[in-house]
Amino acid sequence: MDLRKKYGTTEILKGVSLELKKGETKVIIGPSGTGKSTLLLCINRLVEPDSGKVFLEGEEITSKNAHKMRQKIGFVFQDFNLFNHLTALDNVRIGLIKVQKLSKDEATEIAMEQLKKVGLADKAHLYPSQLSGGQKQRVAIARALAMRPKLILFDEPTSALDPELIGEVLSVMIDLAKSGMTMLVVTHELGFARSVADEIVFMENGLIVEQGPPSEIFTNPKTERTRQFLRRLTELYGEERK
Amino acid sequence: MVESLPILLKGALVTIELTLAGLALGLVIAVPVSFFQVYGARVPRLVCSIYEKTFRSVPLLVLLMLIFYGLPEVGVRLDPFFACVLGLGLRSSAYQSQIFRGAILSVGKGQTVAALSIGMTRFQTFRYIVFPQALRFSIAPWTNELTIVLKDSSMAYALGVVELLRQGSYIIARTYEPMVIFLLCAGIYLALTIFANRILSFVEKKLKIPGFETREAVH
Repeated sequence: MDLRKKYGTTEILKGVSLELKKGETKVIIGPSGTGKSTLLLCINRLVEPDSGKVFLEGEEITSKNAHKMRQKIGFVFQDFNLFNHLTALDNVRIGLIKVQKLSKDEATEIAMEQLKKVGLADKAHLYPSQLSGGQKQRVAIARALAMRPKLILFDEPTSALDPELIGEVLSVMIDLAKSGMTMLVVTHELGFARSVADEIVFMENGLIVEQGPPSEIFTNPKTERTRQFLRRLTELYGEERK
Repeated sequence: MVESLPILLKGALVTIELTLAGLALGLVIAVPVSFFQVYGARVPRLVCSIYEKTFRSVPLLVLLMLIFYGLPEVGVRLDPFFACVLGLGLRSSAYQSQIFRGAILSVGKGQTVAALSIGMTRFQTFRYIVFPQALRFSIAPWTNELTIVLKDSSMAYALGVVELLRQGSYIIARTYEPMVIFLLCAGIYLALTIFANRILSFVEKKLKIPGFETREAVH
């Protein structure tokens, strides 16, 4: 996996280069309005960058091949974005059927397997509006997983959740990280970052301020800005949450 | 009065034909028009906008006169029935396009982004994700459009199409009972409207997404 990205003089992203190795989990933290989400959206071309290149396993992602490349890149949104008119099961399998052209039976099998993995096999026939926020997000993760992605991008996956629902989503993500999935996660969950991240990336104003392993960033941040941000985040969210 | 009923019903049948044909023509034109208004590049969007504004602004009767009496001057001579279907359809397409445009726009942007994120093409996203939801949003306003077309089909009277109203006036010419006959006509329009509403609200219930209020999103 080779993921590099540069932007010339974009307002939001002012030149960000990032690389993820296979099986690695990277966590991006930073104040809001910093371009973290934009960075994720640019990676799979849901937002067209002004300049810069993104590679997945050596192949460049362009606006032309984007819809093919996106199959290899899962995306989990802050507000879930489950398809409202489809059941949990159909949400997970529609991509398999319509995009990957699998038969309905094959797709159902894979989809059920993924729903089981996120602990929602018994909710397969419910519609999104009948699920709790945490359940919705787990279905969304199952939907991303079903496509057998090489990489999953998480855009603040727990920010829209009630505090008591965050845990169920995080534990799915922790399992995922431990199973060797390559993940790029924007989050404020420091507990998650500490326990599974191979590297923490601190971004501010469209730039990477500092990056390093969690032990280093948390205990001995190089910049004063990082230290300040972490202190505020800890005050706000509490340090450990599993 | 009783003996006039079968004749009126025969006219009502023509009214129904006019309505269904007009709506169908409107639908066929409205779907692409609304699609281009939402997703189109600037030129098709502009063309569709002008189309929609034009046919929403011209009174139906004027439109019918233009089609039936005006077009023969440029060599297009239409049967009165088809002239009416064309008029009703053109006008309805303008209104229906606005119904669909609104419905498409009320499907959240997140739905589109999520569909693209799993690798769907723009067309697949519209076909499998946006359109099915927009369709549900449009049933209620579409029911309204149906009743409008049903009632306005009576303007076919002006072109001599023998629909409900004209059948009624034929009977009146013989019996001189305008009150009774016109009331009967009105009653039949009422019955048809209620019947159409029933069917569509049944469809709406059938398609309702459990726990998801589609009506609330439409205002």
